[in-house]
Amino acid sequence: MKKKLIAIFCATLTALTLFSGCGSKKSENTLTVLNYGKYIDPEVLELFEKETGIHVDYEEYITPENMYTKYKAGAIDYDLICTSDYMVEKLIKEGQVLEMNYDNIPLAENLDKAYFDFSKSFDPDTKYTLPYFFGTVGILYNKNMVDESKVDSWDILWDKDYDGQIIMPDSVRDAFMVALKRLGYSLNTSDEKELREAQELLLKQKSMIYSYLVDEAQDEMIAENAAMAVVYSGEAGLAMDYNDNLAFSVPKEGSNMWIDSWFIPKTCTNQENAEKFLNFLCREDIAAMNFDYVYYATPNTKVVEQLDPDLQANTTIFPPKDILNNCEVLKSLDDDTTTLYSELWLELKAYSE
Amino acid sequence: MRNLKRQLFAGPYMIWIVGFILLPVVMILYYAFTTSSGSFTVSNVLTITHPIFFRALLFSLKLALVCTLICLVLAYPLAMILNNMKNGSQGFIVFIFILPMWMNFMLRILAWKMLLSNNGIINTILGFFGLPDLHIINTPAAVVLCMVYDFLPFMVLPIYNALARINRDVIEAAKDLGAGNITIFFKIIVPLSMSGVISGIIMVFVPALTSFAVSDLLGGGKVLLIGNIIEQAFTQDYNWNLGAGLSFVLMIFVLVSMTLVNSRDTEGGANVW
Repeated sequence: MKKKLIAIFCATLTALTLFSGCGSKKSENTLTVLNYGKYIDPEVLELFEKETGIHVDYEEYITPENMYTKYKAGAIDYDLICTSDYMVEKLIKEGQVLEMNYDNIPLAENLDKAYFDFSKSFDPDTKYTLPYFFGTVGILYNKNMVDESKVDSWDILWDKDYDGQIIMPDSVRDAFMVALKRLGYSLNTSDEKELREAQELLLKQKSMIYSYLVDEAQDEMIAENAAMAVVYSGEAGLAMDYNDNLAFSVPKEGSNMWIDSWFIPKTCTNQENAEKFLNFLCREDIAAMNFDYVYYATPNTKVVEQLDPDLQANTTIFPPKDILNNCEVLKSLDDDTTTLYSELWLELKAYSE
Repeated sequence: MRNLKRQLFAGPYMIWIVGFILLPVVMILYYAFTTSSGSFTVSNVLTITHPIFFRALLFSLKLALVCTLICLVLAYPLAMILNNMKNGSQGFIVFIFILPMWMNFMLRILAWKMLLSNNGIINTILGFFGLPDLHIINTPAAVVLCMVYDFLPFMVLPIYNALARINRDVIEAAKDLGAGNITIFFKIIVPLSMSGVISGIIMVFVPALTSFAVSDLLGGGKVLLIGNIIEQAFTQDYNWNLGAGLSFVLMIFVLVSMTLVNSRDTEGGANVW
């Protein structure tokens, strides 16, 4: 009796290992892509499959930290990943990124060189990345609920008049960015004193916060549940299309400019296909489709030229150069600072008066 | 030979138990007691003594207790009313109670968000009647409210089943012997329905203690339960060892509380595990 049970147990284990072996096999002509949620027009993927015969396995994630976990878990061999500046830098430093062969991406010349220059803060020699979308972080506010003369400064987020009506980002770096900039510090500081000062400010602010949100912030603003929210510029543009009372401002103390870029991770099995896909994304008609769908600022000059002049002049979606020059790009932090950040963040989230 | 055949039928369940229950538990134990480089440590489990984590655990216990208590207070009278109804209408009311469970758990939480938000449906109605606004969204109160709503059927059904099993003859006999309604309730109905109450408590308390989705969506990032900390350790911080260590502590708390509740049970019918 016991022996039989053991035999069944062994058989089960063998079966399990066999099954798990099957999943990782991949056919030659597949491309596994990992990207932010809602960050590509699904039709673009269909078109690419139709034109090249390469099948695309498409996966999504929410925050750069989620992406890092997914990638590091190693269950899937990704061929191509799109993520934000500081996370790209972290992976480059860890030696997880392959050099890109830009000769295979001739259409990259459609992209404005200026954004390759901005990218130098995380990819100094322009070897690893291709910019996809960019933007800033600012205050999305309701014109009927907020005094517009004050909204040009981060100070308004500590104004007692707006008690319980403020939405802050539920992500470490973005929340601290607001406090650091209000204090006049760099958002890439690793100085413990400055970070603790920033946390002090955020703790003071907590009782006035309606909620800490990332993706749902724009929905709350459209529904007019709150007066102000700190959001990415692209989301602000989208929200303003739904509700005319909303407006966007990048405070004068400066802010964060972010660039989301494509890179080819070490797990890539077919670099040529990955580069084919990138070249396809740079093509004018495809980039235009993606811009319509995502509605963030595209570095593709060919697309921008074709747009309606009103849209080109929309400073929410396309931040003017003088605002961008007042902004900093997030850089990856050393391990000690990352740990300090996690602690300070946890203390903030657990804090109650 | 026949014996072997019979055991083969158990095969699929064996695969299920090994693959989806035993292996995950073993993996949690492995991660809980190792560092990221794989050497043995107890520091992950001991992190629970850190004031922030410990406070979050106590807070989760408190919310789970409050939620269980409210469910019990609401469910018991309801189950009694159900039990005293005619057979046809009984089935209908039970059906109505289970109806929301046909809809996805997440959607129901999101619906509460719509109801409770500053410009939400409840405040619009209150405003219409000139009543003051209700501001409980993004507070622990909203989290408890939604958990009670979600878990109430898990309390009602076992109690109702236990009550329905009580033989009418026993109550008749008590009446014959001169017992009043109050005596019958405390001496017969309550003790005989205890098994249902215990199943109900376990089925509400355990998910309420380990929940993170409700506090995530209705707490507005301001209500930090131990479940949220564990989720963050796994998905945000890429610290599986810490997440597993805290999960292990939580599992112990669940086990201890279930043992405490179950030790009161003498009938045996309520043993969920």
